[in-house]
Amino acid sequence: MEVKNERLKEQLIRISGVNPRKCMKCGKCSASCPSYDEMEYHPHQFVSMVESGNIDPLMNSESLYKCLTCFACVDRCPRNVEPAKLVEAVRLMVIRQQGRNRLTPDDIPALIDDELPQQAIVSALRKYTR
Amino acid sequence: MQIKVRKPLIVAFCCNWCSYAGADLAGSNRLNYPADVKIIRVPCSCRVNPTFVLRAFQRGADGVIICGCHPGDCHYTSGNYYTRRRMTLLFSMLDYLGIERERTRVEWVSAAEGAKFAATMNEFAEQVAALGENRRLEDLRCKK
Amino acid sequence: MQRIGVFVCWCGSNIAATIDVQRVSDTLAHEPGVVFSANYQYMCSQAGQDLIKDAVRDHALTGIVICSCSPRMHEATFRKTAAAAGINSYMVEIANIREQCSWVHKDKMVGTEKAITLGRAAIAKVNLNAPLIPGETPVTKRALVIGGGIAGIQTALDIADAGFEVDIVEKKPTIGGKMAQLDKTFPTLDCAACILTPKMVDAAQNDKIRIFSYSEVTEVKGFVGNFNVKITKHARFVDETKCTGCGLCTEKCPQKGIPNEFNLNMDNRRAIYIPFAQAIPKIATIDPEHCNMLKSGKCGVCSKVCAAGAIDYTQRDEVIEESYGAIVAATGFNPISMDKFDEFAYSTSKDVVTSLEFERLMNAAGPTGGTLLRPSDGKHPHTIVFVQCVGSRCSADAEKGKEYCSKICCMYTAKHAMLTREKYPDTEVYVFYIDVRTPGKNFDEFYRRAVEEYGVHYIKGMVGKVMPQGDKLIVQASDLLDDRQLRIAADMVVLAAAMEPDKSARSLATMLTASMDTNDFFTEAHPKLRPVESPTAGIFLSGTCQGPKDIPETVAQASAAASKVIGLLCKERLVGNPCVANSNENMCTGCSLCERVCPYGAITYSDKEFKMPDRSLRIRRVASVNEAVCQGCGACTVACPSGAMDLKGFSVQQIMAEVDAICK
Repeated sequence: MEVKNERLKEQLIRISGVNPRKCMKCGKCSASCPSYDEMEYHPHQFVSMVESGNIDPLMNSESLYKCLTCFACVDRCPRNVEPAKLVEAVRLMVIRQQGRNRLTPDDIPALIDDELPQQAIVSALRKYTR
Repeated sequence: MQIKVRKPLIVAFCCNWCSYAGADLAGSNRLNYPADVKIIRVPCSCRVNPTFVLRAFQRGADGVIICGCHPGDCHYTSGNYYTRRRMTLLFSMLDYLGIERERTRVEWVSAAEGAKFAATMNEFAEQVAALGENRRLEDLRCKK
Repeated sequence: MQRIGVFVCWCGSNIAATIDVQRVSDTLAHEPGVVFSANYQYMCSQAGQDLIKDAVRDHALTGIVICSCSPRMHEATFRKTAAAAGINSYMVEIANIREQCSWVHKDKMVGTEKAITLGRAAIAKVNLNAPLIPGETPVTKRALVIGGGIAGIQTALDIADAGFEVDIVEKKPTIGGKMAQLDKTFPTLDCAACILTPKMVDAAQNDKIRIFSYSEVTEVKGFVGNFNVKITKHARFVDETKCTGCGLCTEKCPQKGIPNEFNLNMDNRRAIYIPFAQAIPKIATIDPEHCNMLKSGKCGVCSKVCAAGAIDYTQRDEVIEESYGAIVAATGFNPISMDKFDEFAYSTSKDVVTSLEFERLMNAAGPTGGTLLRPSDGKHPHTIVFVQCVGSRCSADAEKGKEYCSKICCMYTAKHAMLTREKYPDTEVYVFYIDVRTPGKNFDEFYRRAVEEYGVHYIKGMVGKVMPQGDKLIVQASDLLDDRQLRIAADMVVLAAAMEPDKSARSLATMLTASMDTNDFFTEAHPKLRPVESPTAGIFLSGTCQGPKDIPETVAQASAAASKVIGLLCKERLVGNPCVANSNENMCTGCSLCERVCPYGAITYSDKEFKMPDRSLRIRRVASVNEAVCQGCGACTVACPSGAMDLKGFSVQQIMAEVDAICK
């Protein structure tokens, strides 16, 4: 069996807010996916691989960046599993593991202006800071 | 007398519990079989007296088929076993008289086997048609 | 000569679309005996039936021919119409021009011709019909239930509730059946024993119910309303009237180490035993195969310790004869043998168990006292693999298992997986499935709970093989959704074995003349509309002997069967089938051939005095038919060499006339 990465799995579930156990493997997410042909791992595989802790291949796969985040899978899932959020969370995990602080608190004051919502800045900080 | 293409005439004796119900099922499922097959309902295949078969051939039938429940499934426990024995004897006698084996048959059709009923009738009718008209045993007095 | 009325039905467009009904009724109007002919949209409707009644009155009809759907559909309807119109209901014949004509022949010409021929045959038959009056037989107001599982118990309780006497015959020493062996029940997880044992007690205490345990039905004679049954009570070598069920003998018996059937041979019992604590009747039974006293006369310990003096080594099988009005088959199921599934290592490893064995391992009254321990070394298992569909859904030509889905395995496997995770959260549980089938109230929710809340790993795919390796079982399986092969080192493997009808059902069906399907499940009279009756009158079906079922469905069917039995037993008299054999005594030569072929023993011979032409008296041996017993198969009519025997309603003359009409 593959190496189980329980720590990563827990982290993924926490940041995405997705419960992969809810999936009943109907495949509707992959059936809805516009990038299906471009992907090595398809949305339903993302869910089942996260559930089984088989996360490293996902992090190393191009598929991660083929997801358009169109949320069709989220919209159509009969069990409300939200695969796109999981894909996004894996991307995030990759970015965090690359280990660089892309945004430091010091950069923030310069970014603040009237146009950009404050929430976006906070969320960007959470995302791109180690 | 006008000449017409003679369609074969097949008399089918069907037991009330299995084969007649099987024929009904073939009907409900709209499974076609030739109209040459005319069914006579009997309570059990063992009600078919060999004289009925002889009478049918005497009156110009081209084939006779007897359908009953599968062995072991007879509504009356053992009726179809009698049928099997009686008809084996009768058919070999008919064969001796010149009525080909292909014109006579005993087939087990259950109430659930509508498809088998239709398939059996199609096949039997084709087989009988291939042999042509049956003239043995025919009682010419019956022909007007 | 009869005065016959012909009525051609359109059946809406079912007949009229492919058959020229007008031509059929016009042509048949010229047949011999026909004085009236009509066609109508729906003959079976009230208006159609009124048309028949009016015609009978206006044209003084004596016979009726209806060209319509199958007689299996509406013969009874039109017989009632005839009776209402004042003529004998057996003066009606039906030409089946729907199932045998309009529905199977597309060509209108061809169909119409055939319809006319079928109509002619029916007319020829009616010309020879004679009024028939059905006989009546009294009903024995007592029911027999064969099998004392939850199905049998429920049926018996319901029948007894209605005030009728019921006997339960159970071949095991106690009633309770499979349900008594179960731990919890899905999807509510209430304990099986807690809901079953009160019902067992109810049955035992009900004064309308007699329980014959350790007994078997060995002979069934008779017919609906009047069955005569022989019940063999096997010798249990314990006097039922004296045994108090104290259980002292079962502790003192020196013959230990006998596999305990109730715990599926996973622990041992003594030679004298009570299957389980709540057994009903709670009476000890001596197993004659293992009892030293019975085998060699050297022991007698149980007799010495029994304060009630209930042990009786001289007891013999006892045959009880009783008559019943109705019989309910409730013979239940067994898991199939795992012999043909060597790949799961069932025969080589003790830690590969069937689901029923797992049920005992989880049960507080089971061999491990309810602690889940591996049968091989008594250690706690940390990884358990469940395999579904073992022996179910195999194709017939594979010759391994059963073709059908056993229906309950998905749910009990979910239950087992859930209970295991609940009691032992440190256990990893894998379930390998082909499909998860959960049609039932709260069933899918239950299965989803096992996955989502309890974290059971459901993997689509089958286990290919199980290899014992050290104290582990290496399970090689496929994960079809991820398209890969898995190898799991498991501590236990649980096989969801298919269910099959109890072996006793086959011989019982022969005794009851009830039909069975290819899987030895009892066949119902109609798969949709008469699901609890056997095609044989007076025989009813309850529980898994008719097909795989869970407990709620079994109980529902048991109560349904009971209501059918009550409906039958409520009747004072049963109206019989008048189409029975009839012997012409003047022609009978007394050869006994008919007596020998009759499957019902309806024909008896007696000496009768006959007046000869010269006025002298001569005594001859002649056959007579018991009309209440005769079922009207007609075997005797063909066997009769002298032509004395004939069948009413299907006489030689009538069938000959039909043949002639068809071959015209």
